[in-house]
Amino acid sequence: MRRSRFLPWLVFILGAAYFLLPLIATFDFSLKLKRNVYSFAAYANVLGDPLFRQTFGYSALIAVCTIIVGAVLIVPAAYFVRLKFPALRPFVEFITLLPLVVPPIILVFGYIRMFGSSSWLPFTASRQGTNVLLTFGYVTLAMPYMYRAVDTGLRTIDVQTLTEAATIMGASTPRILLRVIFPNILVAVLSGAFLTFAIVIGEFVMASLLNRPAFGPYMQNVGANKAYEPAALAIIAFAVTWAAMGMIQLLARFAPKAASHDE
Amino acid sequence: MSSSGDILNGNRFGPGLPPGSGLAVSGPRRDWLGAIASAGTLGIAPFLIFALLFLLLPTLGLVSGAFFDTHGHFTFANFGQLTQPTIVSAYLISIEVSAASALLGAAAGLIIALAIGRGGLPSWIRSTALTFSGVASNFAGIPLAFAFIATLGRLGLVTVLLRTYFDFNIYRYGFNLLSFWGLTITYLYFQIPLMVLIVMPAVDGLKREWSEAAETLGASTMQFWRYIGLPVLWPTILGTLALLFANAFGAIATAYALTGSSLNIVPILLYAQIRGDVLHNENLGAALALGMIVITGGANILYIVLRMRAERWLR
Repeated sequence: MRRSRFLPWLVFILGAAYFLLPLIATFDFSLKLKRNVYSFAAYANVLGDPLFRQTFGYSALIAVCTIIVGAVLIVPAAYFVRLKFPALRPFVEFITLLPLVVPPIILVFGYIRMFGSSSWLPFTASRQGTNVLLTFGYVTLAMPYMYRAVDTGLRTIDVQTLTEAATIMGASTPRILLRVIFPNILVAVLSGAFLTFAIVIGEFVMASLLNRPAFGPYMQNVGANKAYEPAALAIIAFAVTWAAMGMIQLLARFAPKAASHDE
Repeated sequence: MSSSGDILNGNRFGPGLPPGSGLAVSGPRRDWLGAIASAGTLGIAPFLIFALLFLLLPTLGLVSGAFFDTHGHFTFANFGQLTQPTIVSAYLISIEVSAASALLGAAAGLIIALAIGRGGLPSWIRSTALTFSGVASNFAGIPLAFAFIATLGRLGLVTVLLRTYFDFNIYRYGFNLLSFWGLTITYLYFQIPLMVLIVMPAVDGLKREWSEAAETLGASTMQFWRYIGLPVLWPTILGTLALLFANAFGAIATAYALTGSSLNIVPILLYAQIRGDVLHNENLGAALALGMIVITGGANILYIVLRMRAERWLR
């Protein structure tokens, strides 16, 4: 039976219009800083602003720290849950899903009350401490995505056989994790890492309430005070998100499809 | 199955190899195996301690704060204070925006997923749409607000084009980007792609044989969707609705950048409360937060339950 393709095309075109119009409008707006002439002046203003470079650099650095801390915590946990504590699996998965239930604004409110300067663990008493707390907050936000990515990676390799083989050859557990398991799930960890980067780089509410000079609060501040620069920032942020997602797509081509150690 | 018990007994080699076959488990080796088992505990402990310190305890601490007054006495009074008009209207607007963006997002996302999944469109459209959905579902927060100000704000491209070429001023007809509908249309930009991404596997799971069998038996397209397609997709649709609702309910950055504090929704009220104690009672803030957790938590539990029902059909 031949079906009409008119409706699917109409849906696609309407959808494309809804999703592309804001991008076109934003790009158009970002070029209008100078009267009667299209120019990249708004981009020049943004990129030339030392605060842009400082805050973007700060958020990128925190994102990298988040990825490292997240990987160090989650890779061993997911590995041992798979290898030795399968009974713990539902419990660990439940914990990793909790950050989707508890909104970031509530987490950070909890942090401020629990880790205030007069508490037993006064993270917010010093600037360095607050940076660490912000990183840990981002690790928590990224946990659902990072855990899922790592667990998917572990599913595609034969953890049991690899571990046995490495143990027979005399490798210690940290060595197995670092030299055998980690390289095998590198692609999965990296795709989790890029997603984490996309989430962390423009995050607003945690950075703002912890008073850290991050990119999200900077964008908010520009939005409240300028007209054309926010549009340029939106285009830059969209490009960063696109780049991060593009890397994940690219990595997916290198990912193994299934365990190849069964034979 | 090789569980932790096997490992502690010295059999790490699965059911194929009995303990001691080939490799004799001598005294020092046994110690070493014990070390591996404790390494397992060591490997998982940091994660659990981290989750306790930076996820569970802060949340529980905040929630318990809702049950105490400013002098540290146990009380339910904070919840009574939640009924003051500002807070009630904040919850109402939040629920309305979340529900509207979830319903419209789920409907539009489902239609798009059906169009690109079963509409017979060229395959590049499907892959492009899915990649774009991955990007757009993560393109939230502050920049999204900027994009919609440039589109539907008073000087936005669409506003200006409609006024110039069709003499139609949307702002004169009651539209305002800084209002319920403005926020809902903006939220749809990440809600629709999220729906597409989640519902796509379920749409792909509608087997071709089912529609062929239905057709052979004389069912019309309408009847196929009424009796087969929608009932199979239903749990996924309802579950994702709950997830989209929670997603919009907890979001703050887009609304804050769009409206400043002019739109009174719960996350923005809570933000102002954390910033400057606008409610003049820190524990009332905790009660406000508890209300948010109850709503997003309820929606997510619904999502998980319905998701488990939906997965029956994906095998």
